[in-house]
Amino acid sequence: MKKSMLSTKQSYLVCAIGVVALFGILMGVCESGLVNAYIKGIMMTCCIAIIMTTSLNLTIGVLGQLTLGCCGFEAIGAYSAALMSKLLVANGVAMDPTLRFLLTTLVGGVVACVFGVLVGIPALRLHGDYLAIITLGFGEIIRVIIQNLKVAGGMGLDKGAAGQALIGIDRLANLYVVFWITVVTVVLLFMFARSRYGRAVKAIRDDEIAANASGINITYMKVLVFAISAFFAGIAGGIFAQYIGSLNPAMAGWLQSINYVIMVVFGGMGSLTGSIVSAIGLTILPELLRAFSSYRMLVYSVALVLIMIFRPQGIFGNWEFSLTKVINKIFYPVKVREHGKPKQDGADGKSEKAVKSGKSAKEADKTAGKATKTKEAQA
Amino acid sequence: MSEPILKAEHLGITFGGLKAVSDFNMTINSGELIGLIGPNGAGKTTVFNLLTGVYQPTEGEFFLDGERMNGKKTYQVVRAGIARTFQNIRLFGQMAVEENVLVAFNESFSYHMGGAIFRTPKFWKQEREMHAKAIDLLKIFGLEGLAETEAANLPYGAQRKLEIARALATGMKLLLLDEPAAGMNPTETEDLLNCINTIRDRFGIAILLIEHDMSLVMNVCQRIQVLDYGRTIASGTPEEIANNPQVISAYLGSDDDDDDESEEEA
Repeated sequence: MKKSMLSTKQSYLVCAIGVVALFGILMGVCESGLVNAYIKGIMMTCCIAIIMTTSLNLTIGVLGQLTLGCCGFEAIGAYSAALMSKLLVANGVAMDPTLRFLLTTLVGGVVACVFGVLVGIPALRLHGDYLAIITLGFGEIIRVIIQNLKVAGGMGLDKGAAGQALIGIDRLANLYVVFWITVVTVVLLFMFARSRYGRAVKAIRDDEIAANASGINITYMKVLVFAISAFFAGIAGGIFAQYIGSLNPAMAGWLQSINYVIMVVFGGMGSLTGSIVSAIGLTILPELLRAFSSYRMLVYSVALVLIMIFRPQGIFGNWEFSLTKVINKIFYPVKVREHGKPKQDGADGKSEKAVKSGKSAKEADKTAGKATKTKEAQA
Repeated sequence: MSEPILKAEHLGITFGGLKAVSDFNMTINSGELIGLIGPNGAGKTTVFNLLTGVYQPTEGEFFLDGERMNGKKTYQVVRAGIARTFQNIRLFGQMAVEENVLVAFNESFSYHMGGAIFRTPKFWKQEREMHAKAIDLLKIFGLEGLAETEAANLPYGAQRKLEIARALATGMKLLLLDEPAAGMNPTETEDLLNCINTIRDRFGIAILLIEHDMSLVMNVCQRIQVLDYGRTIASGTPEEIANNPQVISAYLGSDDDDDDESEEEA
């Protein structure tokens, strides 16, 4: 029976092929001139949103700690990357643009990660609403500090006058490179979530006291997850800075953070694939609604409310979409249920649950299919 | 027996002006099953919280295998070898039964983040080993068929068992069971009794048991210690305890205000 299913290695291969195929489509439509700069811009924004949402989902959905300061870290990453890039140019360092883009983005991620640890250690002593408020406050602090920093276009911290945007950042972000950064981010998050670390994190979400009594160092795990989230938020910020070319402190504001939290909740808490779908969907939706001109945001809000009413657990719930599962379903339609079968990495472990809740799984399948189609259609 | 597994000396804790537990002494040797009983509010769970580092004792010390445990955090105490279950079941509800056990195995893994991310051979080897160990452990409790079920969907008795299985998975030397038979019917209690005996014989561990079900306590415990108002009022074999006038008065009341508590006991 086991032979009829895809093995773990095969399922990895399938995923790799899927990603490469997606990249092929992306490259095809971009090179053949089928899409204009506007569409390419949306795709770039989608990638940034995917990185932000999946990494935020690790904290909110998997660890179960509500934070509202993710854009603070994004802003730190964005400004660090931008300033690093300017510094390199000012010092006359000749470098391949792609290499410079990767390096500065990485610097953005690392700086954000350091701040993540610094903020996380005191903040993560709190739970629930209190943590949300303290992270919200942190985001605002970042915004105000950046607004006044001289290097970031402000007047200096002691002057008190609001600064303006940081402009003239080299626009090095390349859609292909950003695509692969996004892929690497999602893969890393998956590997983390499907390991002993991920299990420990989920245990903390389900019952902190019991996790502690099972020998898990709660503080360490929480700060670790917080730092990972901050790191990828910084990466997203670095990409953003070098895609837009100018930065405004308002990007660190809580409204932006809430936007990403909405994407996480909308995609399903704890479902990384759900986050991907919702990040793409909620980035494209406002663009599609441009036809409604001034009623655009109204329609967007109504759409959000309706979806939350009819599917409060988010599009995917905590279910993960998996190519392997789809292939198994298509090519090996026999219902394979074997107790105590080795837990395979992919989503196979959860397949039983999916079979049980067949209806919702099918529904999600449809949504996923739609999402891929949307992406293709948009491409 | 050479060194006792657990040695508590004059352990006590004060909350503000309230002495919740005072002068608590206990010695447990490996393979022993000790009962800790007492009326509600006597401080039994507080003793558990002291022994697992949830509270820090304000006086006295305790040793696990000769190692001083004062000042250690809960997860450090657990890694050193004291695991517990809870009075009100605490499972990782949204995780599969097997995952619940695997979480407790966490410290037996040695692969690091890099290993997890790059899926090194070490990662696969350890994951396979731990899976096999988890299934073996679940088999003892007859839960192997439910390995993929979400823990929150288990029936009550199975949840209790899973909690014990998870505690065992931490690789402890001393197991603290907080009212494992609470809310169980006689058949389930009987089943649990067999389970406790099996794991004690098989793993050679020491068990400290809080329980209100007197038949269970009297049947399985080698020694019993009785708490009342945070003080130890008696300790000895089940027969000695059953005939101890102080214990009887603590449970049934020596004066006229005895009605409510005796009812609870029955």
